[in-house]
Amino acid sequence: MSPKKTPLYNEHLRLGAKIVPFGGWLMPVQYTSIVEEHQAVRNAAGIFDISHMGQLIVEGNSTRQWLNTMLTNNVDKLRVGAGQYTFLLNERGGVIDDLIIYRIDELTFLLVVNAARTDDDFAWLQKHLTAVSSARDIRIINRSSDFGGVAIQGPRITELFHALFGKDVHLPPRNAIVDLPFDGTNVSVARTGYTGEDGIEVFFRANDAVKFWNVALKKGKPLGLKPSGLGARDTLRLEMCYPLNGSDLLPDRNPIEAGLGFFVDLRKPNFIGRDALLQTKENGPRQKLVPFRMKEKGPPPRPHYPVFENGDPIGEVTSGTISPSLNWGVGMAYVSASRAKIGAQIDIEIRGKKFPAIIENKPLYKKS
Amino acid sequence: MNVPDDFLYTETHEWIKHEGDNVRVGITDHAQSELTDVVYVELPKIDRQANAQEAIAVVESVKAASDIYAPVKGKVVEVNKALEPDPGLINREPYGQGWIFVLRIDNADDLKQLKDANAYRKQIG
Repeated sequence: MSPKKTPLYNEHLRLGAKIVPFGGWLMPVQYTSIVEEHQAVRNAAGIFDISHMGQLIVEGNSTRQWLNTMLTNNVDKLRVGAGQYTFLLNERGGVIDDLIIYRIDELTFLLVVNAARTDDDFAWLQKHLTAVSSARDIRIINRSSDFGGVAIQGPRITELFHALFGKDVHLPPRNAIVDLPFDGTNVSVARTGYTGEDGIEVFFRANDAVKFWNVALKKGKPLGLKPSGLGARDTLRLEMCYPLNGSDLLPDRNPIEAGLGFFVDLRKPNFIGRDALLQTKENGPRQKLVPFRMKEKGPPPRPHYPVFENGDPIGEVTSGTISPSLNWGVGMAYVSASRAKIGAQIDIEIRGKKFPAIIENKPLYKKS
Repeated sequence: MNVPDDFLYTETHEWIKHEGDNVRVGITDHAQSELTDVVYVELPKIDRQANAQEAIAVVESVKAASDIYAPVKGKVVEVNKALEPDPGLINREPYGQGWIFVLRIDNADDLKQLKDANAYRKQIG
């Protein structure tokens, strides 16, 4: 299947973006420089095309109860207009996808999922729905191609938000989603992001994408807003130790191993993967995902580099880069749980040579 | 994309400047632009003997690691130490301060295998 184009594809070309295939889509990896775009987000603001992300609507009388059997976090905690980070797991407790679920109204939920996982998530949910006779009234609709979206992230988000939506309109609280009028149309604005900076994600009809993008760029320009690509998105999220599905989260890794047990409610009576997670919890995970920082200046750590401690192989890097904020090599690795101690010295093998690193606390980058 | 007329080029995007018994080697403007921000350069050891098309250096950008090849047979006689503290020189001045190594070549005839500027321009379209 040839990769898809977002409604903003031509805008990216016009801005001179370098385009790469990602999760089945043609996406901008950078416009001018990953490092410059990264710094724009840390110091002013950046705007990212996130139209590739999937939007699944789940609606019907018993949706809340049913979704609680499919997702790890507790949907009962969601008031209308609120969102939460959660996982879709397989029976072995492995991660199919990590996503944000919003309660749009009493009986309607919006799932914002990873681009590459959208069709599989939809099929998985649909398959399980069909098997539950009490859930006949529930409908799952894949609205991904109807919507475009952008993330606007950075310390100047408040000014930018008011410039876009009006002086008297309030930013939604953290993790909340609201519908707001914008230039004769309606858009959904969620206070969330994947960069560690304050920010919003805005979803609109695909037809409104170009208009929204260009108005945002124009109004944001005096505030230092820069179009930012997937390259900066990846370095920003890694500095915060936010996991990337497909790299740090995989079908044979569970959220407890990934250090994300906070988003799993094991008190819920049943959800897919619960038994496996209880077992992991009881026996302790075999490996853990840990952030690390290189001890010396040197080559960037990268996925699949082997990790050693005192000469013993203890794991593998899943994400790594030279952090633009720290100008230093950082990454995340799955290592044997018994060795996963903060401050422990490890070695990352890069092209046959070992480079020392230290296991760190989350996040790798702390705002001063 | 800038492709100076007085350099030679390889299929793998190195540029070659002939300097008497030596050649100076770097990566082209096109290559640095494709790689994006260079964050690390692994330089070859001085006196290393290299065959043509042998990988002897590594340029790492934020996104990926790329091998840099010896364009012809020769011995490494100089490396650009300035890249260690400032690998971004490759992005800023790919044909100048961003050079990577100098080879003493065995046989100047080997240079005839390389592309001229027009052939390289054609390659990168």
